[in-house]
Amino acid sequence: MSLGLKALKKSPWVFHVNTGACNNCDIEILDALTPRFDVERFGIVLVGSIRHADVLLISGPVTRNVLPRLKRLYEQAPKPIKVIVIGACGCNCGIFRDGYNIIGPVDKHIPVDAYVPGCPPKPETIIAGVVKVLNTL
Amino acid sequence: MVKKIPIGPFHPILEEPEFFELHVDGERVVDIDITIGWSHRGIELLSEHKTWDQVPFLVERVCGICSASHPYAYVKAVEDLLQIEVPERAQYIRVIVAELERLHSHLLWTGLAGHFLGYNTVFMWAWKYREPLLDILEAVTGNRNHYATWRIGGVRRDLPEEEIPNIREMLDELEKKNDLLTKAIIDDPVIHARTKGVGVLNQTKCREYGALGPTARAGNYNIDARRDHPIDAYRNVEFDVIVCENGDVYDKAVVRQLENFEAIRIIRQCLDAIEAMDGGDILLEIEEVPPGEGLGVYEAPRGEVFHYVRSDGKNMPMRHKIRAPSFNNILTNEYTVPGYSVADAGLITAAVDPCYSCTERVGVVNARSGERKVLNEEDLIRMSREKTERIRRELGIR
Ligand code: SF4
Repeated sequence: MSLGLKALKKSPWVFHVNTGACNNCDIEILDALTPRFDVERFGIVLVGSIRHADVLLISGPVTRNVLPRLKRLYEQAPKPIKVIVIGACGCNCGIFRDGYNIIGPVDKHIPVDAYVPGCPPKPETIIAGVVKVLNTL
Repeated sequence: MVKKIPIGPFHPILEEPEFFELHVDGERVVDIDITIGWSHRGIELLSEHKTWDQVPFLVERVCGICSASHPYAYVKAVEDLLQIEVPERAQYIRVIVAELERLHSHLLWTGLAGHFLGYNTVFMWAWKYREPLLDILEAVTGNRNHYATWRIGGVRRDLPEEEIPNIREMLDELEKKNDLLTKAIIDDPVIHARTKGVGVLNQTKCREYGALGPTARAGNYNIDARRDHPIDAYRNVEFDVIVCENGDVYDKAVVRQLENFEAIRIIRQCLDAIEAMDGGDILLEIEEVPPGEGLGVYEAPRGEVFHYVRSDGKNMPMRHKIRAPSFNNILTNEYTVPGYSVADAGLITAAVDPCYSCTERVGVVNARSGERKVLNEEDLIRMSREKTERIRRELGIR
């Protein structure tokens, strides 16, 4: 295991992007940080800049406006980065699949490591997803 | 010299992307440009390709925290078209779920406001108090968010009788916690210094911008769709519409906190009514929707949601128009932000509760040289917190 990957396993820092989600998935992601689930005690924190991130959480189908930004974010991310999509929208555009402004899903545009289905997935599910990805390292 | 600060369109923390461009002269904001439309998903058109009964699932995904209000306004629009009255038990269940949502939405906002002010404890506590609410919603509707409760002609799921004591217990707990949070806001001199007289939107301006919900009520503009266009069980319950005088950020916070008490009051009355009832229908079967048009209005946590449907007698809406309150409220930032410092800008835009969804990065653009200094959302929150610290020191606190 490379040093980079090893470092990634401990206290992964998370950056979160909303690519046109209904923001419920985003709230559940935030919820995982608050006292009931409190992933911050494991050193998992939400960071304000993609350049500090080890894990990229993406929620939402990709809208036309957002796609260039999403690609740029991915380019700016320090590699190796683990990409996890949260929610039915991110996995396969969910209920918005037929929308004229939707050009997702996320994995059509950037490589994805894990999918967490649900609409919205419960915080437990999100945490389980992140842990599974870290266990594969 | 005027510089521009673009904020957005993303924010790593929450909610729908928006894009603000602040024009600043030193620390002072002189103008603001607002661009929305980043998460445009074409819901109206999608809805015109779904059957009448599928649309509630779609419209509750318009927004994650209004996922009771949109289907409510939609089914009211269709019921207006059909000219029907839903069974009484269903009416009360609808109101209970909708008011539970208002509670969780307002608590969520209080937490975020605390986060921006640099009171992370408030953020954590408010979200902690929110959890039992979500548990109740899960027990009552089957999901923590996105309740899938509304159906044309009633509700999808009955309220389990055995949950009623749990709901009451949760409400009693929550009332105490909400009291604590309210007192914390009303008593804290630092919060006063940071929020009083900041981002003032008076009644005249509320009317001009068409502000809605708590944003308007904070500015002494007394509108509330629950009272003005009463629907379902809202005609049978008593509640007060909370109105404040000044329309600043402080009042917007107070209005939301006090509204929580009203929501608790409404839910209690509904529970009483349901307990007094001996069973009863929860759904009126609808065979088909005749040609015609209907309007539905409901007071979401952020203001009035408006839905319009037109039918040509087929199994899908021919036209479905949605107007959400944040659309009006976000535009009030054009008036409220200029004149205040950059550190206040985040707070003011957050106060209308689009939850400041858009600050993934901020770049300062020097208008003359085109030079660009990139700040991110952390910097903005940091600036806001530093100001709180400064005020604390000036007031000699801690
Ligand atoms: S998966 Fe569901 S909850 Fe998540 S963003 Fe999409 S519609 Fe919203």
